[in-house]
This record gives sequence, C-alpha cells and structure tokens, in this order.
Amino acid sequence: MSTFRSIVFSSVIAGFIVGLIVTVAQQFGTVPLILKAEVFEKAAETHQHDAAAAPQAAAAGHDHAGHSHADHDHGAEAWEPREGLERNAYTAAANVLTAIGFALLLAGFFAVRSGATGESVSWHEGLMWGLAGFAVFTIAPGLGLPPELPGVPAAPLLSRQIWWLTAVLATAAGLALIVFRRSVPAAIAGVILLILPHLIGAPELEHVETNVPSSLSHQFMVAVTMTSLVFWSLLGALTSAIFAHFDRRAEMSA
Amino acid sequence: MPVASGQVGRLSQALMAMVLGVFIVGVVGFSHIDVIHNAAHDVRHSNAFPCH
Repeated sequence: MSTFRSIVFSSVIAGFIVGLIVTVAQQFGTVPLILKAEVFEKAAETHQHDAAAAPQAAAAGHDHAGHSHADHDHGAEAWEPREGLERNAYTAAANVLTAIGFALLLAGFFAVRSGATGESVSWHEGLMWGLAGFAVFTIAPGLGLPPELPGVPAAPLLSRQIWWLTAVLATAAGLALIVFRRSVPAAIAGVILLILPHLIGAPELEHVETNVPSSLSHQFMVAVTMTSLVFWSLLGALTSAIFAHFDRRAEMSA
Repeated sequence: MPVASGQVGRLSQALMAMVLGVFIVGVVGFSHIDVIHNAAHDVRHSNAFPCH
C-alpha cells in the first residue's frame, strides 16, 4: 500500500497548506462580498416576511441570511456556525478538506503517470495539471453557472448540481482526449465534448429578481475566479512536488 | 510478471485515493444535509459550487 500512503500523505500536507492560504485569500476576495450580499438578502427576506405577514416564519426566528428560497426551507433548528471566528474556522476547515479532496484526485493522476513513464511528475507538470483542474472545475462550470452570491435566486439546486457535474466530466474527458490522444479525430471529439454542456445549457430561471446589485455579482465572479486560480496553481505544484518526494522514498525503501 | 502486477497495484491504489478525494469534495461541496451546508457555506460560494 506504499503508493496509497504516499498519495494520502502528500495530499493531506498540500491540502492543509493550500486550504489555509486560500482561506486568507478569501477573507480579502470573496468573503466580504458574500457578507455584503447577505445584507441585501436579509433585507429582502424581512420585507417578504412583512409583506406576507407570515406568522410562522416570524415565530421561527428565521434569521440565517443564506436561505430565502421556497424550495429550500431550512426550518429553525438547522445548526449554523456563529458569526465571526466560528464561521471563519468552519470555512478554513472546509477549505482544507476541499483542497485535500482535490489533491487526492491530482496525486492519483501523478501516481498513474509516474508509474507509466518511470519518472516522477515535476512541480512544473504538476502546475499544468493544477491549471487543468482550474479549467475543469472553475472555468467550464462557471461559464454556465456563474459564481452565485447569497440572495440571488437560481434554478433548483439539484438540476444545477447535475449540470455542474456534467460540465466537469465533459470538460475533463474533452481535455484528456486532446492532450493524450494526439490525433485529429480525437481532437475534434475533444472539442465537441468541451462545447457540449454549453450547447445543452445550464438550468436557469426565466425571471430573476434580486436586490443584490449586479456590480457586486460581477466583483464576486472576478474574486472567485482569482482565488480559484491561486488555489489550483498552488495545489497542482505543491501536490506534485510533495508526492514526488514521498514516492521516491517509498520506492527506495521497497 | 512482478513488474506488471506492481503496475496494476499502483493503478488500483491511485484509483482508491481518487475515489476518496471525490467523496470528500462531494460531502463538503454538494451534500444537501443542512448542517454540512451551513458549515461549508462560504466555501461553496467561494468555489462557485451550486449552493442553496
């Protein structure tokens, strides 16, 4: 199980470092915009409650800013972190876990690749894998489903999640065909796969009404894209370098 | 033969790690369980995962 252990070790280390760095980057980039949007969301929510004079909602003390959609009623009991330090601590933990998860995926590819070529994947090639991850997990799904701020209504969650996954799988398969099968038919099939999810189109509402200003949404789109770029470049380069280190040691002791 | 079986072992170990990674990202980013959603709320938005 030496390969598995090397993958897990390097993913946990790289995930911790990248997750914490990205948490700091988000404090300057995305989080202030989320908090601003929640002010609009909260205002709209109170307004709605007042207008509908819904006694239940008022009695439930529905104070979380995150959820105003009728199809997604949380009820009053769902736990949520307290504002401030606690909320940021959970954000950091979730960032670290997400980074570890994606690092496991990357290191898995590095293990297969170095097993096939007999040479470890360099940090430079790792960086390019990271950029591929950025294209697959941020750019492609983001074209159809731009980063959402709280308080901006969107199509039903499950349909968006399904389209997101479709875009990710099609883009990954398309890029793999283009990069690893160097033939014209494969390249054509690859490009078609890249385009296909966008021809199908992401689920969207016909009519979107929100108090969140579009300038805020635009700033958020830029912030998400930039922090993700930092996330994926660091994760690709670091995971490959750390994995190469552990894998070489595992091979020497084997 | 040992080389071949070593390769297969490497592939299956890599696949195992990748499945684990997808599972972790799936739970943190896509689970519909309220508590997980609320804990990872800002991360889901910051990663442009579909949220609420």
